[in-house]
Amino acid sequence: MASYNSRQFLLRLSRQIHKCQRRLYTNNNAVPHVAIIGSGPAGFYTAQQLLKGHSSIKVDIYEKLPVPFGLVRFGVAPDHPEVKNVINTFTQTAENERCSFMGNITIGKDITVADLQKAYTAVVLSYGADADRTLGIPGEDLPNVISARALVGWYNGLPHDKNLNVDLSCKTAVILGHGNVALDVARILLTPISILAKTDISQHSLDVLSKSNIKKVYVVGRRGPLQVAFTIKELREMIHLPECKTIIHKDDVAHLQPLIEKLPRPRRRLTDLLYKTGCTPSEKDLKLWASAKRQWELQFLKSPTKIVPTDDKKIKSVSFTKNTLQGDDIVNQKAISTEHTEEIECGLVLRSIGYKSVPIDNTIPFDAKRGIIPNENGRVTGVSGLYCSGWVGLGPVGVILSTMTDGFNTGKLILKDIESGLIRHVPKSGKEKILPVLNEKGVKVVNFMDWKQIDKTETQKGETVGKPREKITSIEEMIHATKT
Amino acid sequence: MAASMINLCRRCLQTSFPFLSATHPVRRKLPQYLRRKIETKTFHTQSGPLRNGEFEMQDPKSEDEVVNITFIDKQGKRIPVRGKIGDNAMYLAHRYNIELEGACEASLACSTCHVYVNEDYFDQLPEPKEEEEDMLDMAPFLKPNSRLGCQIILNKDLEGLELTLPPITRNFYVDGHVPQPH
Ligand SMILES: Cc1cc2nc3c(=O)[nH]c(=O)nc-3n(C[C@H](O)[C@H](O)[C@H](O)COP(=O)(O)OP(=O)(O)OC[C@H]3O[C@@H](n4cnc5c(N)ncnc54)[C@H](O)[C@@H]3O)c2cc1C
Ligand SMILES: NC(=O)c1ccc[n+]([C@@H]2O[C@H](COP(=O)([O-])OP(=O)(O)OC[C@H]3O[C@@H](n4cnc5c(N)ncnc54)[C@H](OP(=O)(O)O)[C@@H]3O)[C@@H](O)[C@H]2O)c1
Repeated sequence: MASYNSRQFLLRLSRQIHKCQRRLYTNNNAVPHVAIIGSGPAGFYTAQQLLKGHSSIKVDIYEKLPVPFGLVRFGVAPDHPEVKNVINTFTQTAENERCSFMGNITIGKDITVADLQKAYTAVVLSYGADADRTLGIPGEDLPNVISARALVGWYNGLPHDKNLNVDLSCKTAVILGHGNVALDVARILLTPISILAKTDISQHSLDVLSKSNIKKVYVVGRRGPLQVAFTIKELREMIHLPECKTIIHKDDVAHLQPLIEKLPRPRRRLTDLLYKTGCTPSEKDLKLWASAKRQWELQFLKSPTKIVPTDDKKIKSVSFTKNTLQGDDIVNQKAISTEHTEEIECGLVLRSIGYKSVPIDNTIPFDAKRGIIPNENGRVTGVSGLYCSGWVGLGPVGVILSTMTDGFNTGKLILKDIESGLIRHVPKSGKEKILPVLNEKGVKVVNFMDWKQIDKTETQKGETVGKPREKITSIEEMIHATKT
Repeated sequence: MAASMINLCRRCLQTSFPFLSATHPVRRKLPQYLRRKIETKTFHTQSGPLRNGEFEMQDPKSEDEVVNITFIDKQGKRIPVRGKIGDNAMYLAHRYNIELEGACEASLACSTCHVYVNEDYFDQLPEPKEEEEDMLDMAPFLKPNSRLGCQIILNKDLEGLELTLPPITRNFYVDGHVPQPH
């Protein structure tokens, strides 16, 4: 009897030891799974850092659209193909065997962030900024008052904006805002059609642009030349735009001359270019401008107060109050409105005052005032295991370089938190848990091989019309192309 | 005709070196730079000039060609690298897995390969083009000895060159622009 008991005991013990060992084994070797929401630069650079910094981690990238790369595909201007070279780096990341791209899945709708949190060691919100800021002035809802974001989506073939109603039959457009997006949009409106036709600009926009009557574009900012947000390369490009004249009024920039030397380098070179173009344009500039067919004009210190309609509800003009600047630090002065007003007649208004993020899931914190997910250096405030990177956490500013730095930082932080045990490292199954749910719901998941098929179709289509690519602009057609 | 020849060659290569196939497990285990090398070597059909970064993958053919330089990474670690005449410093960094990005692939459309050049050598480099200066203006922690790595081409005079990677920042308005306070 005793021997039976001790045998049973030994058997039990050995089973117990085995179980512990197994748990220990799987715990130590549990592969961390990370879900990234959004496949723009933030998502891809976060993924790159995670894969590089950990030898077994698995990274799944969920994307709302069937196609990857976010604003590199749908924001970066079609006449800037060099910027899009970064797609090669992203493609290498996506083709890493520990990385999966899954497109055509809207997080917050098809699957919730909470679902992902259950299936993953960590979840990263990298879904960018899909909406735009508004001015909140009368007349903003008139037809042909368009956000730069929508116009950018339209010329870049974003499915959502392909049917945007853009009327270019008028002679004059006003762009509100002094950022790089404002200059992108101005350049697309003013570039000779023969140049645009060789880019991957969407065909529907090319058709409308080729019939455009726009001859003059005002780019209007609320502050002065020392506070512009656009950068030197983009300004230089505008000044050298073929068949186009640049107007920078002497009165607006002449006073800058004694200040230029004291400015920090980037601001110094930018201000110098504004000053010289306004006061002492080069022979080359003058020659170009003498034969120009179109022109653009920089206007400073004007805040829009109203978009004035005609009797038949079209745009007549934009009313502005004139501003002065206040503050000790000359490059960071604030605009203060005066009682003086001004009116600019036009038939098209483009609002380019910045993008804005939106909440995608009401279970995650969102700072509605700042339009970002509240976070401390990438850790979402108050939620363990939830992170963010890129525009959704930083706000909608910064070029790919700054988004990259942020993506790298968040990636490193997650690895550190896994290692230190700050996030619990229990076995999770990642996409294996999510895909069946999506399947059940009838969501067609587009993987990276599928994207390559879409990519091939687009480049082949482009070849026939002398473009690097003819983007497919409908979600259905994109999905259809994955089957060819 | 040419395309079918290339296809034939590629198939021959794949049968004698099965790991060249994109799905072969060995290929996937290879370090990234080797994989890239295989990809550019065998799957790109264009002839003529070498593709981006491919030249830097080749070892110096003789000691006469060697240019020894040092990268100093973000942690301050010195990484000596044996380069050669004609190497592009950015692609050379990629070859040795040094944390220097090259988002726009040396087309002067970004500043992800920003480096500092050691004093004695800064003046030996050809003057930066206006396009490079414009992109440098976008780089955080710009210094008088800042350059873009992709614009530095090695020659014998650059033996001993030291390239330091800039610190990282989360500051996004690098051009000094501050949005209007609310
Ligand atoms: C018009 C424009 C032009 C620009 N041009 C340049 C340039 O020339 N050079 C430069 O360096 N920088 C440029 N930038 C800046 C650059 O695009 C940004 O720094 C960068 O794209 C931000 O990356 P992100 O990943 O945070 O956001 P995004 O690029 O917007 O990526 C976010 C991704 O998340 C996806 N997503 C959104 N919601 C969901 C959801 N619910 N579920 C799943 N996925 C979702 C989106 O579809 C998108 O793919 C430009 C920006 C704009 C707006
Ligand atoms: N080629 C490129 O590299 C490229 C191209 C496009 C975009 N980008 C980047 O993408 C980011 C976003 O660009 P962006 O142009 O959308 O934003 P941005 O750079 O922040 O510029 C926004 C502009 O709108 C103005 N503005 C904001 N609110 C306003 C209001 N209520 N009334 C009047 N004006 C107002 C701002 O003026 P204040 O300064 O007075 O606030 C500023 O001039 C930037 O970092 C940009 O550099 C880069």
